[in-house]
Amino acid sequence: MRLQTIVRRLIALLPMMLLVALMIFSITYLIPGDAAATIAGDGATAAEIGRIRNELGLDRPFFVQFFTWLGNVATGDLGVSLTTGRSVGDTIVSRGPATISLGVAGLAVGVLVGTSLGVLAGTKIGSARDRFAVVGASVGVAMPNFWLGLLLVTIFAVNLGWLPATGYVGITENPIEFLRHITLPALALGSASAAEICRQTRASLGNVLEMDYMRTARMKGLPARVLVGKHALKNAASPVVTTVGLQATVLLGGTVIVERVFGIAGLGTTAIEAVSSRDIPIIQGIALLTTITAILVNLMVDMMQMYLNPKVRMS
Amino acid sequence: MTTVEIPTGDAPAATRPKTAARRSFVRRFAEQRVAMAALTLLALIVIAAVFASSLAPHPPNAQNLRNILKGPGSDGHLLGTDHLGRDVLSRLIYGARFSLLASVEAVGVGLLIGFLPGLLAGYIGGKVDWCVMRVIEALMAFPPIILAIAVVASLGPGLTNAMIAVGVVFAPRFARMTRDATLSVREETFVEAARSMGLRRSTILRRHVVPHVLSPLIVMTTVLAGVAMIVEAGLSYVGLGAVPPDSSWGTMLAGSIRYTTNSPLLIVWPGLCVVVCVVCLNLIGDGIKDSVGREARGKISR
Repeated sequence: MRLQTIVRRLIALLPMMLLVALMIFSITYLIPGDAAATIAGDGATAAEIGRIRNELGLDRPFFVQFFTWLGNVATGDLGVSLTTGRSVGDTIVSRGPATISLGVAGLAVGVLVGTSLGVLAGTKIGSARDRFAVVGASVGVAMPNFWLGLLLVTIFAVNLGWLPATGYVGITENPIEFLRHITLPALALGSASAAEICRQTRASLGNVLEMDYMRTARMKGLPARVLVGKHALKNAASPVVTTVGLQATVLLGGTVIVERVFGIAGLGTTAIEAVSSRDIPIIQGIALLTTITAILVNLMVDMMQMYLNPKVRMS
Repeated sequence: MTTVEIPTGDAPAATRPKTAARRSFVRRFAEQRVAMAALTLLALIVIAAVFASSLAPHPPNAQNLRNILKGPGSDGHLLGTDHLGRDVLSRLIYGARFSLLASVEAVGVGLLIGFLPGLLAGYIGGKVDWCVMRVIEALMAFPPIILAIAVVASLGPGLTNAMIAVGVVFAPRFARMTRDATLSVREETFVEAARSMGLRRSTILRRHVVPHVLSPLIVMTTVLAGVAMIVEAGLSYVGLGAVPPDSSWGTMLAGSIRYTTNSPLLIVWPGLCVVVCVVCLNLIGDGIKDSVGREARGKISR
């Protein structure tokens, strides 16, 4: 029954993915001539550009081009980079791991810091530690991740020399160096999410703790640890999970700029480089991949909601 | 404490309750000290941006290569100079223009595209709602920066291009909020009454639905304006928004990173400006949220 639900949800996603693909393709279609002009190089005659355009199929109608592209994408062929000549798929596979590690590490920072601060604040609303967390979260939400990154680099890498300022080492190559390199970027990337998650956890836990059944549990004489840990947290989790899911999209976008600050050769850096060289297939590939990842993460969040909240499961 | 509004004789009947509601909203907002402080600070920043040319002590791009990387307070440069000898304070003041303009553009585009479909989807429902919701879901999936990058790749770098893209990403958020708010207003008795009186749909929407949708929309506007500022700074930092000679806060940060060893303050100021603006916007949003509507009166003390 559970599997059936998942399959049904996946099928429901298809039209949405089609729409996403159409949007990405339309945006990059806005300048049909340029891909050919880029390949032909400077000083190419109009006839040469026309010939290349014809070879690439850029002179065919919009929807013919779209469905050709979509057909290729469906078979895993994302096209070839206009500048390096490598296939977009290969580029993504080689640059992807750095971005994924950064995103996951950022999410880990967000969830760990966010929920712990949120629980600390939410269990004692109005106290000094609560006010401290609220102010911290307001600043954290407003803090641009790349600026925090710059500050962290200046303090911990340039001045104190504790951690490296730039670069990325794969986790399989050298786990310790991986941790040393990923710590600052992950903190920079995850702090805004931590602030958002902290807010939500605090509000949600605060609400739950005011419920009648919590009062009953408290009057039964349950210790605070069991009270919060066993009864309150599970019921407070549902909105927090939604927030975490939304943060996944934010983090995916955020990696683009944080990678740039820390000189990490991931998908974001690749995308920014592709913009200056107008490498449309790379842009299309990365935009499509990130967006679909965001969609799938949100699906996973919905599934977790069903597990956590029977009300959602029934509807 | 209740204030009894004494109707002035010549006020048209329809506008009287509306102005009374507005007046009590202003009163409730003014009672919140934090929100008022944020509003004042933001107003000062807006004024500084508007009158930048007369307030800034130096032109933002005036270089003086003999006077580079000076610390705060050195000969007429209150916050010092950058690596080209340009006055940091003046550049910060001009930078406010870019940030404010960027957030106005992004939020404006978002509202322009998102509001009407959201309103109609919520009010009409059925197939219109279904179609609008599918487009909303698809657009919501785009991380703002990714879509901005795709648009900039096609239209070329520039603040306006990037912010239009961010506006497009904001549109579904506005649309969804408008739709949800409209859905609940649609079932209210006064809307049903208006409908049974035979008022035209556009009249009902304008006079009875929109006023009730506005308050959550304004709160969302302040929050997204802050997000737009952060995205603008980020895009300008990587060179996809404002272009270098312009003194946007993002480009100022990009220009200063190489000089952090000797002049660490250079990267502090622009970021601090972003944080202050965004915190102010969020606090104003919270303030509005707490002063709107009948149900808010009881729970201001959060």
